[in-house]
Amino acid sequence: MAKAKNNTLKLKFDTSWNFAPAPESKSIASIKDKYDLFINGAFVKPSSKKHFKTINPANEEVLSEVADANAADVDKAVKAARTAYDKVWKKMSGKERGKYIYRIARMLQERAREFAVIETLDAGKPIRESRDFDVPTAANHFFYYAGWADKLEYAFPNRQAQPIGVAGQIIPWNFPLLMAAWKIAPALATGNTVVLKPAETTPLTALKLAEIIQEADLPPGVVNIITGAGATGAALVNHPGVDKIAFTGSTDVGKIIQRAIAGTNKKATLELGGKAANIIFEDAPLDQAVEGVINGIFFNQGHVCCAGSRLYVQESVYKTVVRKLKDRIETLIVGDPLDKNTDIGAINSKQQLETIHKYIKIGQQEGAEMHQSSCALPGKGFYCRPTLFTNVAQSSRIAQEEIFGPVLTIQTFRTEDEVLEKANNTPYGLSAGVWTDKGSKIFNMTTKMRAGVVWANTFNKFDPTSPFGGYKESGYGREGGLHGLSAYVNLI
Amino acid sequence: MFSAVKKYNMAKSVIKKSNIHISENGLENHQPEKRLEVLKTYKIYIGGQFPRTESGRYYIATNSKGKKLANVCLSSRKDVRDAVESARNAFGGWSARAAFNRGQILYRMAEMLEGRKAQFIDELMQQDASRAKAEHEVNLSIDRLIYYAGWCDKYQQIFSAVNPVASSHFNFSVPEPTGVVTIIAPQHDSLLGLVSVIAPVIAGGNTCVIVGSYDKPLSCVTFAEVLNSSDLPGGVVNILTGKASELAPWMADHMDINAMIYCEKDAATQKMLREKGAGNVKRVIVYDKINWYSDAGQSPYFINDLQEIKTTWHPIENIGGGGSKY
Amino acid sequence: MIAETSTIKIPNFSLSPRVDQVGIEERAARVTKRSIKKESKLNGLLLALNMIDLTTLEGKDTDGKVKQLCYKAQHLHDAYPGLPTVAAVCVYPSMVKTAKQALGNSGIKVASVATAFPSGQSTRDVKIRDTKYAVANGADEVDMVISRGKFLMGEYNFVFDEIAAVKEACGSARLKVILETGELGSYDKVRRASDIAMYAGADFIKTSTGKISSAATLPVTLVMLEAIRDFYYETGKMIAMKPAGGISKSKLALHYLVMLKEVLGEAWMNNEWFRFGASSLANDLLMQIVKEKTGVYQSKDYFSID
Repeated sequence: MAKAKNNTLKLKFDTSWNFAPAPESKSIASIKDKYDLFINGAFVKPSSKKHFKTINPANEEVLSEVADANAADVDKAVKAARTAYDKVWKKMSGKERGKYIYRIARMLQERAREFAVIETLDAGKPIRESRDFDVPTAANHFFYYAGWADKLEYAFPNRQAQPIGVAGQIIPWNFPLLMAAWKIAPALATGNTVVLKPAETTPLTALKLAEIIQEADLPPGVVNIITGAGATGAALVNHPGVDKIAFTGSTDVGKIIQRAIAGTNKKATLELGGKAANIIFEDAPLDQAVEGVINGIFFNQGHVCCAGSRLYVQESVYKTVVRKLKDRIETLIVGDPLDKNTDIGAINSKQQLETIHKYIKIGQQEGAEMHQSSCALPGKGFYCRPTLFTNVAQSSRIAQEEIFGPVLTIQTFRTEDEVLEKANNTPYGLSAGVWTDKGSKIFNMTTKMRAGVVWANTFNKFDPTSPFGGYKESGYGREGGLHGLSAYVNLI
Repeated sequence: MFSAVKKYNMAKSVIKKSNIHISENGLENHQPEKRLEVLKTYKIYIGGQFPRTESGRYYIATNSKGKKLANVCLSSRKDVRDAVESARNAFGGWSARAAFNRGQILYRMAEMLEGRKAQFIDELMQQDASRAKAEHEVNLSIDRLIYYAGWCDKYQQIFSAVNPVASSHFNFSVPEPTGVVTIIAPQHDSLLGLVSVIAPVIAGGNTCVIVGSYDKPLSCVTFAEVLNSSDLPGGVVNILTGKASELAPWMADHMDINAMIYCEKDAATQKMLREKGAGNVKRVIVYDKINWYSDAGQSPYFINDLQEIKTTWHPIENIGGGGSKY
Repeated sequence: MIAETSTIKIPNFSLSPRVDQVGIEERAARVTKRSIKKESKLNGLLLALNMIDLTTLEGKDTDGKVKQLCYKAQHLHDAYPGLPTVAAVCVYPSMVKTAKQALGNSGIKVASVATAFPSGQSTRDVKIRDTKYAVANGADEVDMVISRGKFLMGEYNFVFDEIAAVKEACGSARLKVILETGELGSYDKVRRASDIAMYAGADFIKTSTGKISSAATLPVTLVMLEAIRDFYYETGKMIAMKPAGGISKSKLALHYLVMLKEVLGEAWMNNEWFRFGASSLANDLLMQIVKEKTGVYQSKDYFSID
């Protein structure tokens, strides 16, 4: 009965027993038809009198209309933040500040399911991820930083930590609620006040967070949330009343911001793009490494700055790894984000889908070999199958430029030195992954990789206590942990 | 209804004496009966349960004017023995919990204590505190729990180190909980002192057995109810009432206790604890000069006092120099 | 130790692939996030029912007990027509004849434990005779135990040879090799034992005897399914799998089916290639099946226990 090794052996994952639709109910999500700007503790109409639509990328249906803040609105928000800072927040004890933040954390936990559904509707990410990762991690982030508010005297040896003032914060569309938590929590804990601008395609959970902020009785003006697009962000960055900018987004816009504030006293932290190398050695636990690679690039449709988008496989296990990758992507379900079984949801916007398609085409034109899973795609909405590229060179554009989608490039290597050089051979430096069973090799690799977050035998792990941020053009400054406090204090 | 009144009015002349009086709508009513209060039994707290002392002994807690407040368990060495066993059993699970989880539980304890504020104020007032002082003590106790809830996942960040050893090794030092800690609680400040010594010990992953204030025992027993409703696993905190002078020597001798905390100024007891504790090299810690009402009453160093530092070495391979040029 | 048996090259078992514990447990946990509803739930429950090896392995087993079990195996819940039967009944060798007679030509297999089950602490001779006795009495399948002591001592040749010898003694009966994963200590060892069993001739690899407290778990099963997959790609030969012990709830059984689907796929999704070693699972499945039909939560009182 024994057969020789057969290259045509194939497993069939599309089985006769398959998963029936398991949609999460939308009824828990209460979304208003129209939202105004949240300034000074209340929802106020925009001076521009303009609103713009936000849609569900899974089916292109309109979810709501949100306000378009113009320069006058930005000014109002910054002034509200300044007044709240001067009169209330700066003077409040850390202990009491912390209690407000604890309240926000607890309320977010209480309303977790509602937030998860709204996040999925607005961003297109699978409900399983917003429910199990985005919302709990956001709540935990508030919980963690609430605890620092009255302990800052221990955080910086021999220095007193003072707040900076008004923080202008601009966040992206890939983790809308989580990014809001990452920005607001440390700012408040250290005594600053905030004007936050969510991304234009994903404003809803930030606006719902404003409701929680009202319910928690946070003093008016401490947190202001203004919706808008690039112009609103620019107005915020350029406003003289803002003392500190926190930006997460593309490297291109990060550079614009750095130029814009040059010559001013504004402090800034930037968390920008990445093109992380994920490295599998021959002695890695291969099935778990493959799982880690899959999570690294297909989690959140690949809309992750620290996505492991460049896979390097030691040549001796290359065929086995590629086979395992191909088998695994066959079991990934691309579909309605609200379905609890969906692994890969909708691409966040039409624009982003076009960008991804553009790079897939470039890859094919460059001579790389493309492989996609064979799953069905929904009719409406923006979707992309998980995609692998082999026969990729270090100089291929798809191996150098950030695609921000479910596209993985695969290259081989032979020695540690070679892969270290190739991993570091990029203007980015946000994250990296290494898979090997040998401990001393892990520490060699992690010591030499030029990235702000290195994952060994795991990937895409986040925790409020763990600092996150990049080297080089992936930005500067850290969010999370003890180190995440630095960005929001002046040390005297 | 009217016919009933009519009937009754007719019968009224027959009734000579009655303690029933008729109200305006014609219905009978009695003077309201006085409702008897259900008095609380003050038991001890071991392993998440509320047993009585196995010795059956009790003492009478009174206020300063001699008014009897309650019969309180006079705990014995066997209660200590059982409590230590409970604490030891609970240690593995509690120390293995994620720091964040411990923080959530301590925060929950604060929520529960806040919800029972009135009860605690009442008990403190029974034990001679003024309302203002009682309220202040309870508020501080709640805030202290929140303070330590916030330290659970942060003290590691300030007390750990990555050590730049000269050899090619990754070397890191982390704090780990000591184990089972027995505590003689501050005898005054019966609530705030109790909370102030328990919180840092369990925030750091240890489990404990604590003997509350002898003269003012009510709060420590009621505090056990707060612990019991906070998702705190049974055995992490065990609370006994009784004579510290009777129980302390047994604790000091016990070979399965890792550390002892003593909060009173008695030099002879301090010496005795250190002498007996030497039997298994117990860490004996004395907090006899702490004003629990001040800022000095809370700090991460109270957590650190019950931690051991574990240092680990692991080689860093240094193959060639690839990637070392920035 | 490289040897060749027919066209399969036997690997060096000391170099068996590593398994990362945190990673395998995460992947197994992800399987539990699958939401199985409506028709897929009903179909899954029916499939699971058909995959059960209904088991009685007690010192106090008697002819009467075994006959009752065999009747139940064929009449799980006659009140609900159209139900499948279980896959097999699993008993001690002394009960094989009784079971074989009781099951008639129902199509339900008789599986017998053998080889000094559950400890395996005996001589080769005793184990072979135990096997032959079961087979002679009509067992369709033999569930053997590996020598865990020898395995933990690193005597892989011994373990390998023992399995091969038992396989030979089985004749046409299919051999299930019980690794007793709860005694092996780590996922790495489970992988190693799986590889040894498959290369030595196992038809099934099985997690547990059900006689120690540590039985089948999702991560352990995942390790074994991945071992089967690698073996299939290496040799073209399919190996069947059976998690046993600790599976008494339908929800958990469905998790196992999801795992099977996502690791091995269609060819394994039937009772020739996958079994559940369970006793109380059957009734829980029946309760869930009836609940799917009626929409009403069920009570144990309405389902016969034997």
